[in-house]
This record gives sequence, structure tokens and C-alpha cells, in this order.
Amino acid sequence: MATEANTFPKLLLHHASRHAGRPAMREKRYGIWKTWTWAELLHEVQSLALGLNEAGVKSGERVAIIGNNRARLYWSILAAQCLGAVPVPIYPDAVADEMAFLLAHARTCVAIVEDQEQVDKLLSIQDQLPLLRLVAYEDPRGLRDYPQAGFLVSLDAIIARGRELGSGEAIAPRFADLAARTKGDDTSIILYTSGTTGRPKGTVIAAGRAIKAAAATVAADGLDETDEVVAYLPIAWGGDHYLNYAQALVAGFCMSCPEEPETVSEDMFEIGPTFYFAPPRVLENLLTRIMIEMEDAGRAKRWLFDRFMTVARRWGEAILDGRPVPLHGRLLYGLGEALIYGPIKNVLGFSRLRVAYTAGEAIGPDLFSFFRSLGINLKQFYGQTEAFLYISAQPNGEIRAETVGPPAPGVEIRITEGGEVQFRSPGQFVAYLDDPERTAETLTDDGFVRTGDAGFFDRSGHLRIIDRAKDVGKLQDGAMFAPKYIENKLKFFPNIKEAVAFGADRQFVTAFINIDLLAVGNWAERNGISFASYQELAALPQVYDIVRGHIRQVNRDLLAEPTMAGAMISRFVILHKELDADDGELTRTQKVRRAFVEDKYAALIAALYDGSQSCFVSTEVTFEDGRKGRIEALLAIADVDDASARAEALAA
Amino acid sequence: MTGNAASLAMSLAPMAPAMAHVAPAALASKPLLAVENVSLRFGGVKALSDVSFDIRAGEIRAIIGPNGAGKTSMLNCINGFYRPSSGHVALDGVRHRHLRPSLAARNGIARTFQNVALFKGMTTLDNIMTGRALKIRSSFLRQLVRHGAALREEIEHRRKVEEIIDFLEIQAIRKTPVGKLPYGLQKRVELGRALAMEPRLLLLDEPMAGMNLEEKEDMSRFIVEANQAFGTTITLIEHDIGVVMNLSDRIVVLNHGCKIADGTPEEVRCNPQVIDAYLGSGE
Repeated sequence: MATEANTFPKLLLHHASRHAGRPAMREKRYGIWKTWTWAELLHEVQSLALGLNEAGVKSGERVAIIGNNRARLYWSILAAQCLGAVPVPIYPDAVADEMAFLLAHARTCVAIVEDQEQVDKLLSIQDQLPLLRLVAYEDPRGLRDYPQAGFLVSLDAIIARGRELGSGEAIAPRFADLAARTKGDDTSIILYTSGTTGRPKGTVIAAGRAIKAAAATVAADGLDETDEVVAYLPIAWGGDHYLNYAQALVAGFCMSCPEEPETVSEDMFEIGPTFYFAPPRVLENLLTRIMIEMEDAGRAKRWLFDRFMTVARRWGEAILDGRPVPLHGRLLYGLGEALIYGPIKNVLGFSRLRVAYTAGEAIGPDLFSFFRSLGINLKQFYGQTEAFLYISAQPNGEIRAETVGPPAPGVEIRITEGGEVQFRSPGQFVAYLDDPERTAETLTDDGFVRTGDAGFFDRSGHLRIIDRAKDVGKLQDGAMFAPKYIENKLKFFPNIKEAVAFGADRQFVTAFINIDLLAVGNWAERNGISFASYQELAALPQVYDIVRGHIRQVNRDLLAEPTMAGAMISRFVILHKELDADDGELTRTQKVRRAFVEDKYAALIAALYDGSQSCFVSTEVTFEDGRKGRIEALLAIADVDDASARAEALAA
Repeated sequence: MTGNAASLAMSLAPMAPAMAHVAPAALASKPLLAVENVSLRFGGVKALSDVSFDIRAGEIRAIIGPNGAGKTSMLNCINGFYRPSSGHVALDGVRHRHLRPSLAARNGIARTFQNVALFKGMTTLDNIMTGRALKIRSSFLRQLVRHGAALREEIEHRRKVEEIIDFLEIQAIRKTPVGKLPYGLQKRVELGRALAMEPRLLLLDEPMAGMNLEEKEDMSRFIVEANQAFGTTITLIEHDIGVVMNLSDRIVVLNHGCKIADGTPEEVRCNPQVIDAYLGSGE
């Protein structure tokens, strides 16, 4: 990017002069893609900005943007920035109360909304928002009979007024003047983060910083004006604003808005983006879709699919990462590309994909390698709205499911004594809006941001995120103990359904195990072992052996990570019953309620630590019909006895 | 008929304001269609006897009645599918001796069916496009060549169809074969096909049968919007009394083939004969 532009309006002018004829934005209406070139986009944004200016929008005022990914809502963000006003995008599915809080908190004077649904919401909370003086809507449908009275206007009317003011000039002097007055220190946008605890926080992002950060990642991923994205993520989410909006304006690539939220998959297919982001759950849905389609396919196609997916698993990732692959592997993979991988990628709209990212939560290794083995350059990054956006990212060819890569360009990362990840990034937020207290809580004295996540750097310098920092404890000898990290590793084995690890402020780590009745029952059947109940199966010595084998594997993995090596599992017990939400042991979303379990099974935990070989437990259970009963059992407590593994690891 | 009694009782409850429908200026306008003393016999069975009512331009007119009251037969007479044994159907004041479905269609009467009647193997788009068949001017041969005027015309029709797809919010199923769609969406596509005719009078035979509450609300919205935005006159048969009371300007009530009441929802609701027909005439 050969420009000194430090605000988005200046970038718009830059692209409109540099490659005026290239596509800047697309939107599908009435089944047809409408494209705006950079020159046309400039013209539209100029009209909108002048129209808004005429309607009284001034520098420094806050403008709420509420709706799905409509082209004109993106223009509105840009137009507000042209006026020096501050856009505040808000999730369209926010309920009226939530919206009232956000609009009042951000002191918005103007709201630009998508449709009648949002207008109705705003009208219902109008009396709580004395500052709100103008609501402009994008889609007039259903709004015909609404009293207009200066408060409610169509965006069309604003653009038409602005067009008159611009009087047909490519760049009206008034607009050029406004754009020239924007500064890099200006607040570029306020992004509200949902905040799982407490009220949402308005993250203030400065224009100059945002552009500097975007320029760095655009360069790192080699994005330029020939790239294409489909903007389907919520406008109000930092990820969309960075990956699509900011990167598009920096690199000059084209952003396409889907017709409707429900048509994204067809729109992806028609556009064929070259850059793509999807959170793991979207990728999971895509995988499910492929699998269901394959189940419905004919026998020959299914056979081909299975055959070539084996080939892909064997060679695909190596070829993608440029590692040496024997000739027959390349030939087979090439055949698979023609017959299977190519067509699948085509259906998903991934044929032209050069870079794809996923982030937001831990991604299952199988899911991750499925897409990578098809030849899709899927990578992980770790980011936050406060970092705007990247903290760490995987460079091409250095991809592993369990890491999130080395620090992103220009980002400094440090791990505190307590294991918390802290960073300083080029796009770093300025403050939380009107919330000095929480800003101070988040920023350190030397300008780093506390993420609240615990992590560490592995031997290759890649960051691994373990858990939320508050859940991470220490063993008595000071070694780090991250329960969720260990439990996830255990649950990765199909035979283990649930695991609870203990160890904070104790001598060593122990674990409760729930076996998976289906998987282990299957194994028992194949080996001619009979069992009558879960309890009986769980108590079998052979099952203990299987689980011990899995735990040893986990211990070996832990040993390979110097930070985690102290937290090897020493003893375990296989519970006589499955942890159940009905008994209060799990939440309704199937997450372990750690404190409750610790309290309920206090005697069993004590036995794990006092060296006993068995422990008698009697627990109350709730049957499915609501009756209560007791299950009693003498549980065997097993030692993992990992001396050999430890020695092996030390020798290596 | 306890089921109907329950739904009638429900209809007495105040309705959600979003669904409330303000009668347009239709009440004063002249009849678009008049049913004059229509009787219909199938052998010895008297499906309709001496029924008269009119449909005014711009209104939403409902025909209700218990099962077997002759509602669908009435609709079939209106669009010329059945020929009344005696009496007439007059369109714009003109009595047609031999009203046929094709003639009715050319006169701007479109309809949907109780059991969805779409081309299952064709896409949503193509099904709605068939609604444009009567509007196509170019010859079959020219259409085959797809050049010049014929191509321009096809583009124009496609634009109209896309407007309807947008109106009914079915963009996501544009290219899906309708056989694969759930029932509620098929009903919506069928409405789309009828709207594609740009009808003056739209006959809807139980547009909400088998739908859940949300789908019913959507459908009600589309019916009201079609009436208001396109000025389409609508006549509908519907079993959900709550929906009917909300939607309609005027209601005709049939029982055993006879008209027992005709008037605004309030008038019909208070009519003792209607209450009898629905609740049974007591002990």
C-alpha cells in the first residue's frame, strides 16, 4: 500500500483515483449482483455523507448503524467517518432494552437502520433516548404509513439530497474538504463487545492505528486489489470490521454483501472469495453438510469419496505446507483433486480461496485437518477487539491445530508470572467508552492489554491458549495447572466422555473419568466381555487399563511442553455413574460444574490424595422420571505409574 | 364441533395490533364480482343453494363455514371450474354464461389450492414464472430463439418474478425444486405464482392450512401487504377463525350450502345463526 492515508475516507479517495474501474463492492438484489467500482463507491459515499451533513450530522457525533450486511450500511459507516462522526454498529438482533442501553451509553444522535423491524424497536424506546433526533432506514418496506415528521427518513432521500449538493461532480469540493480534515487520531469506530459478565463495553478504535494494523496483515497475507471477500459476519463484530471493512479499504479489494443471511452459501458459491473467515462452528456445519450429501450419494461416489479422503489425510496437508511428498502421493492427490476435492471446494465456494482463517474457540484437530487436507489454506489466529484484531497468527506452512501461531506482525506478547497472555498491538484500542475503571483494569501501566487468557509459548515459538486465566491454578510445587487443557486432551479419546482434573494447591494432579458407554461398550462386545450396566463396565480392570493407556499418552504430550510438564496426572478413578445435568453435576449445556463436583465427591477426592486403593461412595441420583435413588459402589483408585514414560521423556 | 367452538372463542379475544387490518376505502366501491342466486347440484347432492353475495374491488373477503358447507365449491364456481346449476357469476357487471377457468384467468382471477398444486420437480423461480404465462406476448418460436424482443420480454418477466420473490422473502429457495420444500414454503410459492399473474382478484383456498403460528403470521402479513401494496382484491377460505376475523373486511358464512350470514367481522361474530352453526344449536 503506497499511501500515507491514515483515515478510511482518505483511503477511499486513494483507491478511487488509483484503480477507479476496479470493483469495490457488490450486493445481490433481485437475484442479480450489482457492482460498484471504487469511483462509483466514492460517488455514493460522497452523496450519503453530504446528505447526512445536510441533515445535521456533525463531527464528533455518534451514529448508530443497525442491520445485516447491506452495502448501504457499510457506506453509512464510511460516510459517517468522512464527516468526522463516529459510527457505532450494533447487532441487529439486540432486543429493544439492550439497544436502548447501548444507544444511550454511546450518546447517539442519529441511527441508520436496515428495516421496519429496527425502526419499530427504536420507536418503542424513543422516549428513553432524548438525544436521538434522526432515524434513517435502508429498506422502505412496510414503512409507508409511518408518520415521517422529520424524525424518520429514508436513506434514499438522504442520498438524493446529497447528490443534489454534490451537483454531479466526481469529487465535490465540500466533500474533499471534509475528507481532508479527518485525522489519524480520530476515533474511527466504537465496537461494543458483548462481555459475558456485566454490561457491554464500547471499545474505542482510532483510525490511524486501525489502518496501520490492517496494512500489516494485508502485507503478511499478500492481499491486494484483486482479492474478493463475502461479508457475511455481523457488521458490529470487530472481526468483520477488521477482516472485511478495514482490510478491504487498505488493500482495495472487493467486498460482497449477501442477498439475505439465509443465502450466504449460494452467494459464496457465486462470488468465489479468495479470503475467508469462519468460526469453528460454521466450519463444523459445512462438514456436516458435506457428510449428509455424501450419505445421499450413490455407492460409487461414496466409495470414491472415502478412498480419496484417505489419500487426502495421508498427503494433503504435506502438499499444502510444501513438505516433500513422494511422486505416487502427488499423483494420487492430483487425481483426487480432479475427482473429489475440486468439486467439493467448488460447491462450498472455496475454489479460489488463497487464505482462510478460523478463530474464536478451540478447533477440533480432525475438523481442522479435514479442510486443510482438501487443499484449503486454513489457518488460525488469536485476536480480540481490544487488539484490533490480531494478537497471534499462523504464517503459511507453520500450521498446527493446537497452536495459534507466533505473534502477528507488529504485536508484542508477554506471558506474566501467573500465565496470563498480555499484548501490545498496532491496532490496539484507545479506551473503553466512558469507562475509565474498566479501561484501567484492562491496560497495564506500561501499556500492555490483559487478555484474561492463560497461555504459553511452545518450543517452536507458537502461542498456545490454555484456558481462561482465572481457572488456571498452581500445584503445591508451583507448576502450572490448567484443568480444561488437560480435560480437553483426555476427552479427545473416543473412549473418554468426560473428565474432571484436580490439582490446584495440591501435591499432584488427579482425575475423575467418565467412559463413553457407546465406544467402550462396543469394544467390550468385540472382545466378548459381557457387562450389564455402565457401573459394571466402568469397574472392569481391562477398562482401567485402557484408560491408563490414554492417560499415559496425555502425560507424554504434557511432558513435551515444558510449561505443562509439572501437571502430569498421577492417579485417577473411573466414576460409577455418568456426570449428569439432572444431578446438578453438569450445566444444561453439558459443562462440568467444577465446584459442585468437588463438593459432592469430597470423600473420593480425599481418597485420591491419601493413597487409598479404593473408596466406598454412595451418591444420590435422579432418574429420568424424577424419582430419586442411591447408587453405591466400591471404586478402585488407580495409579498411572508413569515412571517409565517420565524416564523416556527425560532421555529424549 | 368442539374444535370450532374453541377457535371461535379464541377469536373473541383481542388480536395483536401488528395483525390488525384497517379496511381500505373498499366498502364504498362497486362490486368487482357478484354471485347471483347460485345453486350447485351433484346428482342428488345440493352443494350450494341460492347463494348471493358480492366482492368489492380492493377488499379482503372471507368465506367461512363448517366442514362440507360448500366453501370450495363456491370458489370453484367463481373461477369457472364448476358451472352453477342455476344462477350466475357476474364479473364487472357482465354475466358470463360459460365462465371457464381460462376465461377467468384472462379476466384477472388467480387462485391457490387447498392442497398445493405446484410443479414439484421445477424450481421456485420456474414455478412462479409459469404465473406469467398469460402475460407473455412473443410467439413460441421467438421465445425458442430468445432474441431481441422475446429476450427483452423474458427479462421483464423475470424482473417481475424477482420482485415477488423479494416480496415473499424466498430468495434462499429461488433455485430449489419445490418438491424438496417444507409445506409452509410451498404454500408461499403458490401464493407467489398467483401474484405473478398480477391478478385483480385473488382466490385463496385455505392459505394457512397446516401451518404453525409463525408461518400463519407471515402468511397473514403477505396477504395484507398484497392487498395494500398492489391493491389486489382477495377472497379467502380459512378455518382459523382468529385469522379470518383479523384479516377480512367482510365475511360470508355458509352452512349446508346456504348463506346464513354476511357482513363485517363484528356483525358475523354476533350473529346467532353463526354461533349455532359453529357451536351446535344447544341441547
